[in-house]
Amino acid sequence: MAGTGKKIVKTIKVDLDKCNGCRGCEMACSAYHATPKYSSMNPSRSRIRVVMDPFNDEYVPIRATDYTKAGCDGRRVYTIKGKEYSECSFCGTICPTRDLFFDPDSGLPLKCDLCEDEKEPLCVQACPQGCLTYVELEEEEIEEAKLGDMEIGLKSLVDKYGLKKLADTFARMSQKG
Amino acid sequence: MRYAETGYNLEIDLSTGNIERVETDPNLTKLFLGGQGVNARIIWDRVGPEVKPFDEGNLLIFGAGLLHGTPVVGCNRTSVNTINPMTGIFGHSTMGGYLGPEIKHAGYDRIIIRGKAPKLVYIWIKNDKVEIRDASHLKGKGVRETTRLIKEELNEPFAQVACIGPAGENKVLTASLEHNWNSAARGPGPIMGDKMIKAIAVRGTKDIFVAHPQELFELCLKMKKEIHASDGCGDWMATDEDDSFHHNNFSWGNSRTRIKNYWSKELQERWTRWKYDHMDRQMGCYNCPKGCINIISWPGHPRFGYKCYGKDTYHMSAFKELNYSYELLGYCQDYGLDSYSTPQTLALGIELYDAGILTDKDMPNFPTDSGDRIKYLIEKVVHREGIGDILANGSWHAARIIGNGAEEFEHNTVKKMEQLPIKLGKLNPAYYLMIATGEKMAITQIEGSFPQDPIRDVEERKKFVEHWDAVPSQIFKDIFMKWEKRDEMSIEDTCLVTDWNEAMHYVDDSTGLCGFVSSFRGQFGGKTAYSFNNVPQIIKLATGMEIDKDDLWEICRRNRTLIRAINNRLGIRRVDDDPPKDHWAVRNPELEEKLLDAYYDLRGFTKDGIPTKEELYKLGLDYVADELIQRGILDPDEGTPSQEAAKKEQQKSGGC
Repeated sequence: MAGTGKKIVKTIKVDLDKCNGCRGCEMACSAYHATPKYSSMNPSRSRIRVVMDPFNDEYVPIRATDYTKAGCDGRRVYTIKGKEYSECSFCGTICPTRDLFFDPDSGLPLKCDLCEDEKEPLCVQACPQGCLTYVELEEEEIEEAKLGDMEIGLKSLVDKYGLKKLADTFARMSQKG
Repeated sequence: MRYAETGYNLEIDLSTGNIERVETDPNLTKLFLGGQGVNARIIWDRVGPEVKPFDEGNLLIFGAGLLHGTPVVGCNRTSVNTINPMTGIFGHSTMGGYLGPEIKHAGYDRIIIRGKAPKLVYIWIKNDKVEIRDASHLKGKGVRETTRLIKEELNEPFAQVACIGPAGENKVLTASLEHNWNSAARGPGPIMGDKMIKAIAVRGTKDIFVAHPQELFELCLKMKKEIHASDGCGDWMATDEDDSFHHNNFSWGNSRTRIKNYWSKELQERWTRWKYDHMDRQMGCYNCPKGCINIISWPGHPRFGYKCYGKDTYHMSAFKELNYSYELLGYCQDYGLDSYSTPQTLALGIELYDAGILTDKDMPNFPTDSGDRIKYLIEKVVHREGIGDILANGSWHAARIIGNGAEEFEHNTVKKMEQLPIKLGKLNPAYYLMIATGEKMAITQIEGSFPQDPIRDVEERKKFVEHWDAVPSQIFKDIFMKWEKRDEMSIEDTCLVTDWNEAMHYVDDSTGLCGFVSSFRGQFGGKTAYSFNNVPQIIKLATGMEIDKDDLWEICRRNRTLIRAINNRLGIRRVDDDPPKDHWAVRNPELEEKLLDAYYDLRGFTKDGIPTKEELYKLGLDYVADELIQRGILDPDEGTPSQEAAKKEQQKSGGC
């Protein structure tokens, strides 16, 4: 019953070598999501932050993804070209282990919505350096055969009483008319 | 509601531990904009001439620019003002990076620090929570480690830290305040050390509001793309590897020796390889798409970041090549030393040793190699050991302390501060005026909106003028069109050019804009991002304040005059408006006098270089005039040089 189809996946590609640490993405994101639009700037409200350690030459823009109640354990440390990065430097999960991607006033998680109304997310528009680029990828998607309402109901009855009992009941009821 | 600004200052008294959040007067913004402008007003009000730089009463003010925290691109330079212990006058100090915008987001337009802590502390500001914290464990630590430790112990990776290294702690007068790869020289370093502040760390999570959101944001987004693509913005030295200009024309050692044909193709190739084989990236500052800061990891040595001419100063003081600077810069930045004044002072030490004025008694085991000598002296200066304790005061003071003829060797300072090591032939008027009367003590004083050299070819000149967007009025195009020889510009034109150059610098210093997208790049024509033609509109969109070109020009004049008055109160007079002794092979004392008189006329200064009562009243600085008169500095009846001359004429004819 399963077939294949196409779907559009929106992606922000990050070229870390091109980040100059300007944090314009943070400023633009916070401005776009302000009400009224662009009326206020505040990087700590941004859904993208540049995790930065200048003395280690580390600049990683990360985008807020999903909220989780618990932090992960067993965090790794990666060494790339002699520079040490914490795994958290690449992680967009909004978690309680760090003060990141929580609205500074309400404490609620801030999730990236890729600026849905815009042709490109604002962070990308504010990055002429080309560290952030927006791409729409077409991905093949396996479509699972979907069950209808009646099938779902019958399936649960089968699960509960067994197929034989259900068939007997169905036969008896139909004879009665 | 205040737009662009927060409307609050943070006042910290280290002697009493008192911390206050103080509402500011919106009128000050109208009069002085922000940044250095408002800082100057506070220093005028609260730091009288009786206060010595190392007194408790001296202030250290971290001033965010008026447009910091708004979407305005390339606006990130923080003005850190104080009375500079090296010059004894108003310290002009600005640095790039992220500090100013962060201060704004913490809810303040500036941080004003007075007093002295009883022991080494650092200041931690997170929005309304402000702490003076013990820093005894950071004593003697370098900039890198200090920054890392503070972020770690606060558990605040997003905090912005500005700190001093051991040089600042030891009150070395050529010490700087460091913030990532940016530094604020000319005052704040030793003052931090004296006030016993190792660092300030700031994190802000508050909003900055603007008056006309949509318009401003769209304009800035467009400008960001243009600035990124434009050759007319940013530091061209970050991309142009031909640095023959500095190496062939500037003087090496203690600003003494020119090596005219130093630069060669082979050398350029070698140096280019050294740079790009070891460059991690090119960095920008807050909300700026340019990459002016070159980040280099030289094998076996600490990483460093340099801008512009900063890569040349150490090897030029030691007669070495670029790799010598690359070895040294990581350490010097970690010590927190100003790469501008320090190498010249060290080279003076070498010269005095070679001349026999300093001996092995002063410098035991002094190496023979010039590179080793500079390294030897750096260690002494940073820790103020032996001869280092004297050289730590900069070349002007050091030469006078050493005496015994050493004074003759100190020849490249203005108002007691080291200048670019330039040697020129004939005196060129515009340059003379700017360096002589300047009160910034920095390169940005002398380079500005107007080109330093004429274009010989008339067609080229026309083309230049046609595409010269930054020009505020036709007058400057006319001046440029008739300018043929560098040293031949009329006195009147020279004054107008100086006025424009200065005004644009004062725009930057009050709004927080960087000269590399503004004042400094105007001289190369074409497209610099900011000028008198668009800054008023940008200020209006951000703040809601009605302001036009003339208003902005008047604010700059007011700021410049107020800083002059602060310095007059501290003793600056005409005699101090003097360029380095041997900047020019051929001087022209008669012309120089005329130029100074004409400049004072233009500025509304008296013959002795003090703003007249009339001028001060016109600018709304009547309280300044009254105080200068009361202190006996200003004669209320004295006018500008030409007004005085006219009076004399009148008296003469009246006597007939």
